[in-house]
Amino acid sequence: MAVIEKAAAPDAASPEFIGRQLDYWLIVYRRTWKGTVISSFVAPVFYVLAMGVLLGEYVDADPDQLDGATSYLAFIVPGLVASHAMQTAVGEVTYPVMSMIKWQKVYDSMLATPLRVPDVVAANLLFVLFRLVTTCGVFMLALAPFGVFETWWGAVLAFGAQVLVGMAFAALVYGLTAGMKSEEGFGLIYRLGVFPLFLFSGAFFPVSNLGPVLAWVARATPLWHGVNLSRMLTLDNVDWSLAAVHVLVLLLLTAFGWWWSVRRLTARLVS
Amino acid sequence: MSDSLIYAAGLRKSFGGKSGDAVEAVRGVDVEVRRGEAFGFLGPNGAGKSSTMRMIAAVSPPSGGVLRVLGMDPAVSGSAIRARLGVCPQEDTLDNELNVRDNLWIYGRYFGIPRPELKERVDELLEFVQLTEKARSKVEDLSGGMKRRLSIARSLVNRPDLLLLDEPTTGLDPQARHVVWERLFRLKQTGVTLVLTTHYMDEAEQLCDRLVVMDKGLIVAEGSPLDLIREHSTREVAELRFGVASDGDSHEALAAKVEDLAVRVEVLPDRLLLYSEDGEETLVKVHERGLQPAAVLVRRSSLEDVFLRLTGRTLVD
Repeated sequence: MAVIEKAAAPDAASPEFIGRQLDYWLIVYRRTWKGTVISSFVAPVFYVLAMGVLLGEYVDADPDQLDGATSYLAFIVPGLVASHAMQTAVGEVTYPVMSMIKWQKVYDSMLATPLRVPDVVAANLLFVLFRLVTTCGVFMLALAPFGVFETWWGAVLAFGAQVLVGMAFAALVYGLTAGMKSEEGFGLIYRLGVFPLFLFSGAFFPVSNLGPVLAWVARATPLWHGVNLSRMLTLDNVDWSLAAVHVLVLLLLTAFGWWWSVRRLTARLVS
Repeated sequence: MSDSLIYAAGLRKSFGGKSGDAVEAVRGVDVEVRRGEAFGFLGPNGAGKSSTMRMIAAVSPPSGGVLRVLGMDPAVSGSAIRARLGVCPQEDTLDNELNVRDNLWIYGRYFGIPRPELKERVDELLEFVQLTEKARSKVEDLSGGMKRRLSIARSLVNRPDLLLLDEPTTGLDPQARHVVWERLFRLKQTGVTLVLTTHYMDEAEQLCDRLVVMDKGLIVAEGSPLDLIREHSTREVAELRFGVASDGDSHEALAAKVEDLAVRVEVLPDRLLLYSEDGEETLVKVHERGLQPAAVLVRRSSLEDVFLRLTGRTLVD
């Protein structure tokens, strides 16, 4: 067995060391996947039915006011999936990560082996990526028969945008969790972060309805970038330069979250 | 230094530090552990044992001094060092929601042990710590002793050159402690180098070839258990208990009467300890002076006497 020692920058994860954690995450998934079915697949379908189909019947807006959507359902679907990506990601990096740090001390056991902090964070975030791909993928497939996607390739790209906004949240909130002493702060993250973002980042109505000032506040949130990007793609109404800005913002947030997470977890566990 | 698995010189560790309120947990420790040795760190809570162990385990960067583990510098080669270490932490870091076997399995995978080989090792280790029948049980359903044994088995999965055990039997009942000791003794016989921290003196006497006593971040004594007793205590101790109303004399007054009969006299709330080479002879002389203790006990000096002498009897929290 070759011993690998990379004197690389501490922020670099080793693909081999990430691979060594595969069995762990498979076992975790085998144990938890049943529990994720309801929150990941059933709940969002309820949302689509209630808000999009049933409530949507009463919304008879001009397509020009709905970013070109021909129905309220078509308007709301990409935003709902992007919001769901955010919720899934945040769910995976709050309580479960706190447990790995503090309650079960799984990270301590991992870091007693050749694995290093970046390897451990990378494997955990890759697991979140897997959760996002399956959750958003199934969600989008389930929506295809509703005729809300203008083109197949737009839907595929929108799926990529949803996974990307999920990863931005995963990396940022992971960093938050890594430095938190107790789980009490999670209540704030959900009540003052996730929930208001879900309601006001353009998933249910165009952010311009918020008025000029609040609209710009909404446009500054990561979720809006994901929602708007997804919607442009599913409605085939793409402003490519704006799309590029969205992608860039989400990539930068993900990169910053990664750097911050590794830094905070190192300070917490390797001290 | 070539044969030393651990070499530390002037090793220091402080925590906090930005605002000048740094706590110095380890304040300049010199230690050398050679291959095949069983080495112990003794000390009261807060002596700096665990901080020293964490630095040796390459999970806590030293604040100062020199440290080499397996000939490598933990600051540069932490991962390569950890690949050859077995670590049994003070608090179990097992995954409670996984079963016994999976806990060993995933840990072995972190070391990159190929699956077919790992399968054999896991079976062997379960047998070694007598947990084969519990292989499919969830960890949260195990007793404290079983969890410890699982932690020890896990620390052996990579066939380590150096096994670090931080208070391996704290919190276990006597039966479980003896099982753990017996397993550790067998490992020692197969040539595994053991380094352990403990505040159980019987544990240190049973397992350690050589040990250091730490107090307040420093090493205050070093040697084999016998050397330490010889150096810091006498061969025997006579313990005298007096009734409450014993002539109205206080323990201090009684101690003054026998002071010259022993190498050292220690006054405790409930008894006097007379340290001497021959306890029985001391006792005869005590009786000759007309003192009538309610109860007496003559025993060999133990590491505990050395420990209490060096680190004091005051409670440390």
